[in-house]
Amino acid sequence: MYVIVAGAGKVGVNLTRELLEQGHEVTLIENRRQRYLGVEQLLEHNVLYGDASELWVLERAGIERADMVIAVTGDDEDNILICQVAKEKYGIDRIIARVNNPSNRAHFDLLGIKPVVSATELILRLLEHEVPHHNLVHLLDLEEEEIEIIEIRLGAKSPVVGRTVGELNTPDNTLVIAVIRDGRGMVPNASTVFEEGDDILAVLDPQREEELKALFTVS
Amino acid sequence: MFLLIVGCGRVGSNLARSMLAEGHTVSCLDQDPESHARLEVGLDCSWEEAGGQFTVGTALETQALEEAGIQDADAFVAATNGDNTNIVIAQIAQRRYNVDTVIARILDPLRAEWYREQGLRTICPTKVAIEMLEEKLRGVGETSGSPATSGGGAG
Repeated sequence: MYVIVAGAGKVGVNLTRELLEQGHEVTLIENRRQRYLGVEQLLEHNVLYGDASELWVLERAGIERADMVIAVTGDDEDNILICQVAKEKYGIDRIIARVNNPSNRAHFDLLGIKPVVSATELILRLLEHEVPHHNLVHLLDLEEEEIEIIEIRLGAKSPVVGRTVGELNTPDNTLVIAVIRDGRGMVPNASTVFEEGDDILAVLDPQREEELKALFTVS
Repeated sequence: MFLLIVGCGRVGSNLARSMLAEGHTVSCLDQDPESHARLEVGLDCSWEEAGGQFTVGTALETQALEEAGIQDADAFVAATNGDNTNIVIAQIAQRRYNVDTVIARILDPLRAEWYREQGLRTICPTKVAIEMLEEKLRGVGETSGSPATSGGGAG
């Protein structure tokens, strides 16, 4: 696979190195001279000096034959533009963009730039899993496929505490797949009784989230 | 009309003043509070007293754009010093806020050309400068009498 990576920061450089080790062909583009010179020592001819948001630079990197473009510069507008051009001008199907500032996420969505990777959002999600802030945590979101896995913490007032899985009237397209109790997970059956403090994992259609949440929590 | 200009540099500030003088409502957004001073060059009162509006904020922040009045804007000019910023915010103005007239200043002729083909109104000062220079240079050989290779075209 031929991959173009824009932005030779820590993410770009390490990504390029990993991809090269996996046997892929990679061109890393960097527009800051100092940074380019430093990285060139390490990655040699796999690095190209230039501004990846300039069309002729992308063309020099051989974007016409690229299988994938990954934009990981420190500027969200640059990442948006590089991916937009790669996708819409050069017809690259596979793009990945880095979101630096989570509040810019909406702009990526608006302009159809996906998938995106945001370190801040990933850490926040992990944090939320470790230290639940709300009683509902998203563990996995497959937006295209319209399926998600969520975790719900059962409080003392949860209407399902003391009831069995079999008694639950779960909405269509939702399924309770695991119960985590005292740090141990188990796959429940119809006779499993919910207890206060349980973490419930469920797989569902995102549109059913509110309904499912209402079933487990006090409104 | 209500005009929102993002980027209050030489282009943005001069445009803001002339549009205000023509009787339009003008709001400017810039991340640098100091750029406000540029709006008042040649005015004998403050920009606000003259009827203008100025907001400090980053162009990509929707909150700043909304504070500057993008929801009511009839026209939007993206004139920051970053081509990519201008291209992105112009598309936001177009697609998210449905502003009628959106114009982006893009210095790079290639990017300006491609985005123009995609339906964005673009102004490329670099291209204008190149054309003007070509125009000025075209007559040179003939007036000085040097044996210019005519018929080659300026490309």
